[in-house]
Amino acid sequence: MDEGHSVIGKPTPRVDGIEKASGKAIYTNDLILPGMLHGKILRSPYPHAKIIRIDTAKAEKLKGVTAIITGQDAPKIKYGFTMAAAPESADQYLLARDKVNYIGDDVAAVAAIEEDVAQEALDLIEVDYERLPALFNIPEATKPDAPLIHEEYPGNISAKSGMEFGNVEEGFGESDYIREDRFVTQSVQHCSMETHVSVVNYETSGKVTLWTSTQSPFIIKRLLSRVLGIQEKDVRVIKPCIGGAFGGKTELLPLDVCAALLSKKSGKPVKIVYTREEEFTASRRRHPMEIVLKIGVKRDGRIMSRAAKIMLDGGAYSSLGQPAAFLTTLFLTLPYRQANIRFESYRVYTNNSPSGAMRGYGAPQVQLASEVQMDMVAEELGMDPVALRIRNGLRAGETTLSGLKMTSGSLEECVQKVATDSEWSKKYKNLQPFKGIGLSSVGFMSGSSLSPLGPFTASSSILIKANTDGTVIIFSGASEIGQGSDTVLCQIVAEELGIGMEDIKITLPDTDLTPPDTISASSRVTFMAGNAAKRAAFNLKQKLFKAVAEKLEANVNDLEARNKRIYIKGSPEKGVAFAESVAICQMSQKGMTIIGEGSYNPDPGPLDIHKGSGNYSPAYTFGAVVAEVEVDRDTGKVEVNKLSFCHDCGRVINLLGVEGQLEGAVSMGVGYAFYEDLIVKDGNTLNPGFLDYKMPTVLEIPEIKSVIVESNDPGGPFGAKESGEGAVSPVAPAILNAIYNATRIRLTDLPVTPEKLLRELEKANTISK
Amino acid sequence: MEKKIVKIKVNGDWHEALVKQNMTLLEFIREELNLTGTKEACDEGECGACTLIMDGRSVNSCLVPIMEANGKEITTIEGLAKGQDLHPLQKAFIENGALQCGFCTPGMIMSSKALLDNNPKPTEAEIKGAIAGNICRCTGYNMIVEAVKMAAEPKS
Repeated sequence: MDEGHSVIGKPTPRVDGIEKASGKAIYTNDLILPGMLHGKILRSPYPHAKIIRIDTAKAEKLKGVTAIITGQDAPKIKYGFTMAAAPESADQYLLARDKVNYIGDDVAAVAAIEEDVAQEALDLIEVDYERLPALFNIPEATKPDAPLIHEEYPGNISAKSGMEFGNVEEGFGESDYIREDRFVTQSVQHCSMETHVSVVNYETSGKVTLWTSTQSPFIIKRLLSRVLGIQEKDVRVIKPCIGGAFGGKTELLPLDVCAALLSKKSGKPVKIVYTREEEFTASRRRHPMEIVLKIGVKRDGRIMSRAAKIMLDGGAYSSLGQPAAFLTTLFLTLPYRQANIRFESYRVYTNNSPSGAMRGYGAPQVQLASEVQMDMVAEELGMDPVALRIRNGLRAGETTLSGLKMTSGSLEECVQKVATDSEWSKKYKNLQPFKGIGLSSVGFMSGSSLSPLGPFTASSSILIKANTDGTVIIFSGASEIGQGSDTVLCQIVAEELGIGMEDIKITLPDTDLTPPDTISASSRVTFMAGNAAKRAAFNLKQKLFKAVAEKLEANVNDLEARNKRIYIKGSPEKGVAFAESVAICQMSQKGMTIIGEGSYNPDPGPLDIHKGSGNYSPAYTFGAVVAEVEVDRDTGKVEVNKLSFCHDCGRVINLLGVEGQLEGAVSMGVGYAFYEDLIVKDGNTLNPGFLDYKMPTVLEIPEIKSVIVESNDPGGPFGAKESGEGAVSPVAPAILNAIYNATRIRLTDLPVTPEKLLRELEKANTISK
Repeated sequence: MEKKIVKIKVNGDWHEALVKQNMTLLEFIREELNLTGTKEACDEGECGACTLIMDGRSVNSCLVPIMEANGKEITTIEGLAKGQDLHPLQKAFIENGALQCGFCTPGMIMSSKALLDNNPKPTEAEIKGAIAGNICRCTGYNMIVEAVKMAAEPKS
């Protein structure tokens, strides 16, 4: 779908490619400031305990130690990611004051001239604890007599969410077939290759500058000022190059606060780098869940009723748990038309490491349940799984029961394409024993209309400065975290202004210099910052057109910007070079800098998060995956021979970027299905390193066949929507469904290990296909 | 701890330094020489982000004690481009979308370079074998394999 675009839709190499490929890109850990110290954090060895006494005297005497802080050095202000919008969610002292709530909880921090010295000092800090009874799973934590992890939260319920539309019981009454199943998902971690790093310079004047590995600099700015009890204007956050985030770099974390307090105390800049072990045990992880899902369908497959109860193991703190509880219910409203629904979710505190946001943010867990159950339903009804998905799939023009408005695309198109591509009809039920094929669908959002900062803040803004040499600089607060958003924003501006990618520079987000952008999360950047960039470029273009029109004595509406020129439509020779147009415009405005400005804020209409009603995103995407597997009956090992997937990402801005995002999402989905599992025993993470926590290497990746369905979203920049986050969810259920097709063994929990499958195979003993 | 003098040739230049003996080659490269292109991601030799080439072989520099590198010849990611002219592998990674966040990229390129230096026309299986110790969390690897293929068969 070219439509005469010069840049949009073309496979475009990344704008940061040369720096990254040559090793010159500067990540936070590459920064060195004059006099910089190195910080380390002392962590709790106990899952739940009172802090009786902390003695830092011995550590202070160690040569090279410059500053030590404990919870008493920090203002008595609790932190919570959503504290700006919902103050009651604040439940964590980022440096523990009187009590620790998980193994790894932050107790004290040291700054020293070298990291080794800081580490040695940690061993010299004496802490007396009084152990408290600890809760390691949802059943323990929800017992009526269970001790409370946070006094303010009765029943250890950290957050709950629910939505009910229609009459679920009536729906089940009208159903021809009803079933209820329980699904369990494990705990996994983002495993960004770059661990969290923060470098903080707390100046004597009271101004604080952070260089931190974040996907949300403007949120970090606000939350850090809150927990330090200082004014927002005194905090400046700069986001260097980021080595992957996947939702794990959304929050203010103890390292930011500790580095700031240590810098304040020592008068020198302080760097703290999380080790891989800290990343696994003391940052955040994906919520493990137990999902009980009940479905009622008509004989023709129509979904009459669905009810779900979802329990989330939130770990010790709220983190991003409030939105997670809500989103599990919201994502169950996609991608199917449902006549009646009732979904409820409970996020439970335990003394495990805190759970937060991770790619898909609630979707991979509930869509596993939804998609495996759809496969069970198809089997029971004697219906082809493809037909069942198409029967119920949402499409453009529809509004769901809770109020989500489908603006473009359809599930049917994705399912049809992936079925054709994988030769589904030829293979389904016609494969050799122990070979199987399985399908799964997904629906996802293109950016959330909710903001953790409160109302009117879910926005993106862009400024573009035009230079008289024909180049422009984009000032953007949107965080490039590897997903390719800087390239997309440059492409959009290049297209709108008719200039080349080589004519554009884009800044790093810097809360003092760039206009605000809420966050790089919920698949929002291409849609929201992309719209802002398009509007800013349009705004700039209009200023240039006005000046050029005067000079050419032409009508503004007759002008066109293309091929680095601004000219009268149809007569490219009647015009000026883009560079000249900037000079003309600047002259006409007495030397003023020529700036284009644009912003985007979704207009969702009324939202009631307590009822779950409203339209939470400006656009939605659809996708489908077919997995083809072969099971080794002697070892239980599953070989994925091919994964075909189809994703509707609206209009493609950068083909190279979209394919890369989708293939990466599939890889993460394969890891979720087979390998990744944080093994936690009594609050202890037993595999906190890459040696024991296994992720896919190149050898584990099956053949991937991707089909991109292009729709033209009316609200997206050039019609674009989300890609890459939605695609992570359908992989694991497609694999489970394929394993069933191969073996008649129905797995309902993750991950699928050879041991687990072999045990089931032995139990089933005889397998008939 | 007693310090010792080491002499190491890095990207064509000899460097002499007085170092703690428990230092790793990775620390030497990043902290003594400020060549920050080489990355640390796991510190236990499991992810390959710190890969560089020592005497013609790819090594995880986080596992190499500094004294073992004494007298050796090292190439890091910074040693690949000739001025502004990128190495064919670097160009291929950029053109094929073989990098996203970029954190595994230096290690991935160095593993690939060690392969191509010793085996200019590798099979796909040989390429996969060469980068099997390098974890990439972003790309799903396909584009990386394509990039190495492209660099191995430069268009004439």
